[in-house]
Amino acid sequence: MAFKYSSVTKKVVMALAGLFLITFLIVHLSINLLLLFDDSRELFNLAAHFMATNPVIQVFQIVLFGGFILHILVGLILQIQNWMARPTRYKVEGYSHTSFFSKFMIHTGGVILAFLVIHLINFFFKAKFGEMPEVMINGELYEDMGILVIEKFRELPVVVMYVVWLLFLGFHLDHAFHSALQSLGLNHSKYTPAAFGISRALAILIAGGFILIPVVIFIAQ
Amino acid sequence: MNLTLKIWRQKNATSKGKFVTYKVSDISSNSSFLEMMDVLNESLVLKGDDPVAFDHDCREGICGACSMYINGRPHGPDKAVTTCQLHMRRFNDGDTIVIEPWRARPFPVLKDLIVDRSAFDKIIQAGGYVSVNTGGVPDANAIPISKVNADLSMDAAACIGCGACVAACKNASAMLFVSAKVSQFALLPQGRTEAAERVQAMVAEMDNQGFGNCTNTGACEAECPKEISISNIARMNREFLSARICAPKVKEGSGGGI
Repeated sequence: MAFKYSSVTKKVVMALAGLFLITFLIVHLSINLLLLFDDSRELFNLAAHFMATNPVIQVFQIVLFGGFILHILVGLILQIQNWMARPTRYKVEGYSHTSFFSKFMIHTGGVILAFLVIHLINFFFKAKFGEMPEVMINGELYEDMGILVIEKFRELPVVVMYVVWLLFLGFHLDHAFHSALQSLGLNHSKYTPAAFGISRALAILIAGGFILIPVVIFIAQ
Repeated sequence: MNLTLKIWRQKNATSKGKFVTYKVSDISSNSSFLEMMDVLNESLVLKGDDPVAFDHDCREGICGACSMYINGRPHGPDKAVTTCQLHMRRFNDGDTIVIEPWRARPFPVLKDLIVDRSAFDKIIQAGGYVSVNTGGVPDANAIPISKVNADLSMDAAACIGCGACVAACKNASAMLFVSAKVSQFALLPQGRTEAAERVQAMVAEMDNQGFGNCTNTGACEAECPKEISISNIARMNREFLSARICAPKVKEGSGGGI
């Protein structure tokens, strides 16, 4: 089925899904950072409530899961084809000058996926289906998502796990934005160097921003 | 110079093959890599052994025949040269050099270091040409072409089809080769006529031959002896997408009516 689509088409699907996932990460990070700027957790809880109830967001949640599944499945298909394209490996390999992380996208992606499952169990499914502590904001009851996060990040093993996970996310993102543009055919002598810079900046800012949250909560307790 | 060589020896396409270690001595640092191989082969012939088979032709870096994967890099450690133009002064006395054939499913080993690269010919046959009517010779300068496009097309046409891009790519992808061949025509008015069909046919044949997919690592560009840029791959993706998306819905035999 998916094998019959051309290599270029599959790369384009990969790129579009990847770019969409980057926008999701930026939204996710912006909301999470509210936890650090507001000790009462009010802003974060309101944002979490909005994300959990707004009908447009609910539709996009399905689109988001679709994006994840597409990115993972097409990525796997491409990788299997790539492995099949070289049945006999070299004795001496990999001395060509390339960016380091670009060679390990399937590996960093695999690590991200493995932890993603734990992450969803920790927070997403708990918030969606589990019993939630409640909190009063402006005379109304809201789920206290913030306390769930803060309590999780008071345990050292959890913090270490998240930092490692997010480092891998950074490694993956280092070869993401500019690579997606290249797959879409958007290459230009003037703008491609900037795309490389944006890619590196996104990797550092997104991974760094996410890492900040468990680390600050752990230190501040 | 005295060197230790670890060379892939394989009797024919179906035999298993293994690395064999050879010692060569008194190699001039001014000799080329292939001349060093010639010295080795002469000594093997004198001993009555089978000489190491390798592809070579012009020995001046323009034919694309030579193909050796030397110490983990196609065409060896130098930038922008083919194996035949690689000189022994790039190595040190006492070095061990590992020499392997190109490794890719569409490039099966025929013997020792020789691989069958006719998969590239199949891709060219699928669309890597322009159709020209016979008859009087047209005026060479009748169609104006911008300098930038002429230069970019010439740069793409510098590809000698050696297959180093496939050999260097961790996915054994042929995107750099195919994109160079697509670009050299796509950039010129004479090539535009068949551009949409060409890019689709060549990509389809590339996939059909079993090459891997591009993951934009840039290893091909780093190893290409002709320094073909991966901006050609982006151009090919662009050409492919616009050919797919913008193609008008025309029924065959309808005379172009929509």
